[in-house]
Amino acid sequence: MDWNLLVTQLMNGLQLGLLLFLLASGLTLIFGIMDFINLSHGSFYMIGAYFCGTVVAKSGSFITGVIVGLIGVFAVGALVEWLIARKLYRKDHLDHVLVTFGLILIFDTLVHLLWGASGMAIPLPDVLNGQLSFGGLVLPTYRLLIIVAGLLVAAILFILVTKTRLGMLVRAGASNRTMVEALGVNIDRLFLVVFALGAAMAGLAGMLIAPITEASIGMGNDIIIVAFVVVIVGGIGSVKGAFYAALIIGLIDTLSRSYLDRLLMLAMPSNYAETAAPALSAMLIYILMAAVLAFRPQGLFPIAGMK
Amino acid sequence: MLIRIIRTVLIASAITITGVAQADSVKIGFVTTLTTPAGVIGEDMKNSVMLALEHIDNKMGNLDVELIMEDDGFKPDIGKQKTDKLVKQDDVDFVAGYIWSHVLLASMNSVTGADKFLISSNAGPSQIAGKRCHPNFFSTSWQNDQTPMALGEYLNQEGVKSIYIMAPNYAAGKDMAAGVESVFKGEIKGKDLTKWGADAQLDFSAELAKARASGAEALYVFYPGKAGGAFIKQYQQAGLQGELPLYTAFTVDSIALPKLQAGKLEGVLGSKMAQQWSPDMDNAANKRFVSDYLKQHGKYPSFYGAQSYDAIMLIKSAVEATGGNLKDKDALRKALMAADYESVRGPYTYGNNHMPIQNFYLREVVEDAEGRWTTKIVKTVYENHQDLHASKCKM
Repeated sequence: MDWNLLVTQLMNGLQLGLLLFLLASGLTLIFGIMDFINLSHGSFYMIGAYFCGTVVAKSGSFITGVIVGLIGVFAVGALVEWLIARKLYRKDHLDHVLVTFGLILIFDTLVHLLWGASGMAIPLPDVLNGQLSFGGLVLPTYRLLIIVAGLLVAAILFILVTKTRLGMLVRAGASNRTMVEALGVNIDRLFLVVFALGAAMAGLAGMLIAPITEASIGMGNDIIIVAFVVVIVGGIGSVKGAFYAALIIGLIDTLSRSYLDRLLMLAMPSNYAETAAPALSAMLIYILMAAVLAFRPQGLFPIAGMK
Repeated sequence: MLIRIIRTVLIASAITITGVAQADSVKIGFVTTLTTPAGVIGEDMKNSVMLALEHIDNKMGNLDVELIMEDDGFKPDIGKQKTDKLVKQDDVDFVAGYIWSHVLLASMNSVTGADKFLISSNAGPSQIAGKRCHPNFFSTSWQNDQTPMALGEYLNQEGVKSIYIMAPNYAAGKDMAAGVESVFKGEIKGKDLTKWGADAQLDFSAELAKARASGAEALYVFYPGKAGGAFIKQYQQAGLQGELPLYTAFTVDSIALPKLQAGKLEGVLGSKMAQQWSPDMDNAANKRFVSDYLKQHGKYPSFYGAQSYDAIMLIKSAVEATGGNLKDKDALRKALMAADYESVRGPYTYGNNHMPIQNFYLREVVEDAEGRWTTKIVKTVYENHQDLHASKCKM
């Protein structure tokens, strides 16, 4: 057993999980509080990456890119809520799916028109392009930064949800929306803020991943499905559930990519194992979701009072 | 969307033109990927096809060329559907293009079954070079195994003792891994086949960690299109250059390099790969192609583009050799087989399976006189190399 490799892979899994959490936390809040299925949540992830990339290209500073990008995505999120989503809360889920799927196509085409098809690389400052070593363990600095940033946002979100008035309303809204409205809370404003915050967090995830992969059209559509898996496994509307489910899924994905082929080689010839392993590891998270839906349909960490 | 509008206009005009004079044109369908992030490859191919048509004044002999571009969306089922449309509805004479081996494998029978010609300008799966070879299939690229074989041969020459292999899990990915494995004399320390398709895996953290831990002397990867750029970035961020030298096939190309340069990823400079073509090749056809492409698009064409340019020129040579008689399939086939045109890679011949028998070179990433990152030929690895599957083809 190579312990260094295991620790590296655990860190890789943690990093993937935290990125998923950034995406899924907004999704689960919007889904839980507004009962709104937002397929185009992944578009905020893409837009975040493009905003950040454009600013970095102009200013040369990654931090400036992230800050301006966050403000930009927050604004786009607020605009989408105000112009489109707000009119749909009372309609049924099929309408949500149709409209937000249309939004995906609109955002993808807009990005294509504005930035072209070829994608955008985001250069990192030299400090972040290096590696840190701990004994025999070598980890890319930037991946550590993603972990730190992810944990930080998770902590802020936790405080926001459990300790502030906004968080109280969010939790109340997630358990019983009608009651919150009946108590005279300005539900429109609450929804606007939650929607835009969710968008900004998705945008942050996009900005963090883009220097590793690059910003490209449709990048959010690939990962949004996994984010929905996180939401369902964690329990709809539950930020805590999204956090644990994202980590579980990040670790399952990374560890199966790392060890499944060797495990399968014990049972079958190596040329079969090396083809079967990636296919099987891509399926594992869906198997987990199916199991959760079958045995605990409310999710692993459902919120109190949710039917 | 714009492409779709242009296409509609093209088709509409095609209908009116064909109504008047059917024999006055040669119809070429071109299937590539124009949407999804892999659309950057299709764009390069399209630019090159357009440049080829410009160079030949849109004429092959007395015939006007009618080009119909189709987008396969990076999916075999869509590729086949578009191919069927080109063959049945548009009644084209040639279908060219195809980036992806799995798309080509799904689409080929639609073309050859209707007794049309298929000119692959990229994909070269082992099946079509071997058992599934067909008289109406020709390639202006290579058989998938050949390029990695050339790289494997170079690794032997350099005395590399062990390698780690990474490639996407699809038809060509497996061929690319098998190609190196068949030639390389050292030890394969490990191999990862990663998820591929429209939602391909782009984060290689787990695989890179395995490669580092494997103790291999070098890393060999095949990641075409945008995955290549993502891979190089993560390779550098993981600090592997120096520790685990990188050898690639179809990964570091003119599509990836401008973006790698924009991202200041200097780790890629000096990295080596095998290829049958390079922008710096010294022949008249290539000089014209590369300099005009640079003028029009401000960047170097990729090998995908070079092969697409060649596909148009090959078709032109055949149409002209038969005096524009598109009905005489045997004469066309014979003319295609002769490969009597000025290929941008220099002269080559066709084997029994209609795959090129050609040279393979070792290329290195360098900076050109104007500071642009490009590739340069270092040496010839294989001369007049034929693929291994030709013997399995009964033709």
